[in-house]
Amino acid sequence: MTIEKMALAKAINESLRTALEADPKVLIMGEDVGKLGGVFRVTDGLQKDFGEERVIDTPLAESGIVGTAIGLALRGYRPVVEIQFDGFVFPAYDQIVTQLAKMHARALGKIKLPVVVRIPYGGGIGAVEHHSESPEALFAHVAGLKVVSPSNAGDAYWMMQQAIQSDDPVIFFEPKRRYWDKAEVDKDAIPGPLHGVRVAREGSDLTLAAYGPMVKVCLEAAAAAQEEGKSIEVLDLRSMSPIDFDSIQASVEKTRRLVVVHEAPVFLGTGAEIAARITERCFYHLEAPVLRVGGYHAPYPPARLEEEYLPGLDRVLDAVDRSLAY
Amino acid sequence: MTVESTAARKPRRSAGTKSAASASTTGTKSAASRSAGAAAKKSPGATGGEPELVQLLTPEGKRVKDATYDRYVADITPEELRGLYRDMVLSRRFDAEATSLQRQGELGLWASMLGQEAAQIGSGRATRADDYVFPTYREHGVAWCRGVDPTNLLGMFRGVNNGGWDPNGNNFHLYTIVIGSQTLHATGYAMGVAKDGADSAVIAYFGDGASSQGDVMEAFNFGAVYNAPVVFFCQNNQWAISEPTERQMRVPLYQRAQGFGFPGVRVDGNDVLACLAVTKWALERARNGEGPTLLEAYTYRMGAHTTSDDPTKYRADEEREAWEAKDPILRLRAYLEGANHADEGFFAELEAESEALGKRVRDVVRAMPDPDNFAIFENVYADGHALVDEERAQFAAYQASFADAGEGK
Repeated sequence: MTIEKMALAKAINESLRTALEADPKVLIMGEDVGKLGGVFRVTDGLQKDFGEERVIDTPLAESGIVGTAIGLALRGYRPVVEIQFDGFVFPAYDQIVTQLAKMHARALGKIKLPVVVRIPYGGGIGAVEHHSESPEALFAHVAGLKVVSPSNAGDAYWMMQQAIQSDDPVIFFEPKRRYWDKAEVDKDAIPGPLHGVRVAREGSDLTLAAYGPMVKVCLEAAAAAQEEGKSIEVLDLRSMSPIDFDSIQASVEKTRRLVVVHEAPVFLGTGAEIAARITERCFYHLEAPVLRVGGYHAPYPPARLEEEYLPGLDRVLDAVDRSLAY
Repeated sequence: MTVESTAARKPRRSAGTKSAASASTTGTKSAASRSAGAAAKKSPGATGGEPELVQLLTPEGKRVKDATYDRYVADITPEELRGLYRDMVLSRRFDAEATSLQRQGELGLWASMLGQEAAQIGSGRATRADDYVFPTYREHGVAWCRGVDPTNLLGMFRGVNNGGWDPNGNNFHLYTIVIGSQTLHATGYAMGVAKDGADSAVIAYFGDGASSQGDVMEAFNFGAVYNAPVVFFCQNNQWAISEPTERQMRVPLYQRAQGFGFPGVRVDGNDVLACLAVTKWALERARNGEGPTLLEAYTYRMGAHTTSDDPTKYRADEEREAWEAKDPILRLRAYLEGANHADEGFFAELEAESEALGKRVRDVVRAMPDPDNFAIFENVYADGHALVDEERAQFAAYQASFADAGEGK
């Protein structure tokens, strides 16, 4: 049996297991990734099966985790490091931006840094402060890094395989509120390119572009719009660096309208870049300005307010209506 | 900063011998005994302080015995001693040439290592070919020992690249400018060495200023927790640009190791023989699976922080003059001459070699071409990136638009 239905967290777990089995140079590092299996159990059982030398509980120091992972990569290892929560990555931001992203270029290509930084991200789980953020734009802005986020278990499995095989550093954002969503995983599939867009739903009147946790919301919005006779195409972007603009362009040339949705603040977010580039590429095709739906320019609010802060079905549909009204 | 008190003076033999002896045999325990011997309240170099430091050559070039560390240089030959001298002279000559080249506008910046030759050559010569070195941006002497062509170091200071050499060519990582970051890379690399079951060791260079960085603390801790084969080699040159060591720490730097559970040793950083010996000891510990060691090479930055710096704003000439009396090169020369290990011919020949090196460096730098414009887009990624490809094409079209205009006329 090669097709199995499993939760997104389990799919990543299986993918890590596959990688550990396939390549002795693959290491797992992070806080509580060993016996506990990570606070989300994504690494559950891996230390038991692969040992403490390969599934490494680290001191509680994010910069140290990424900094030593860089050293291990220089020695020929392929570390997959876990940052426990989105809001905890910033102690490591210096090592990621200043060292990890630039080292290949500084050495004129003579060394490679195959490091994967896993970050559970996004809100919607009623968490306390610093546990619900979406900092992907802060990484996508940095040359030398690749930034991806799966929206479903099948992609999570394969994108993790591809991220680990990548010779470039990959920041792997895991949509934590979708960790328990189940979907089919085909371990014998031939996956599409890591940085390619997936058409999650075909439509003709408007394109909704999203990634990670917002793909599900957009699919629900498209289904709701269908009842009103509107045909919405949903793109799962999957990669924030690079962004597959060719596929977005192809969709927009068909639908002539684009709404980009993410949890991260709208201001200078992924949607801003997509709006600018698609406006450049599709100026004569567009029937409406590219609209964006996302978080506000405010700290992530206390959990009791997060439903107002996060883009939900109604806010997405509101943007769809506004676009179609042009 | 009272320089007199930090002079590379004779260590108190009883205290020094006792703690050093325990250091070599009992591993981490030695850190405790060492630290216990020094008053915790005493800041390094405090007036009246008597810094415990390992010394094998006095500033006057007199060989002094050390029960612990002598054995690491016991079989050193006159030829090897002359080699250390040659290394220091040539690396100083290279360094001076680079400073001149900056003054002539050939380099944008230079970070001189003047005064730190003994710390760098002594430690650098202690390493084996299979060891790995993680430098700051001032390890020109260490680079020399590793066989990196000195002209390779100048690319980044001229602005033609941001490093450029192959780190695996000489197991000498790229210069790291952000302070202290490389100590974590060294620790991670050492963790990998241990995983591989190799008996290589790793040495991370950093400075007194860097010792304030969180990354350095984390490197100490990771190194200790994983018992990594890494030597933390701190050149305490007394100044982090304009800030003296009092602004960085309240305990002698080498004593920080104690809190992390591994030994720390202060060595006379202007004594090449002592630096060679303690680094060999620390590397041996690493190879034997005894974990990290912190070495504090007590030295002095004789020049400015970089060619953009003006030390007259913050430190007195007398301080520099006091350290000139402890010059690492003069000290070894006095010893070589006193022991009849080198004759006039050797020094004259070295002088000629030194000038030839200066000329070669000058010629290579002046002939160093600017990179191709498209180098901007090279090696941003190992596996390529659609945006980089797109922007490279846009840049090419933009550049070509000028060529077309020219041809059209």
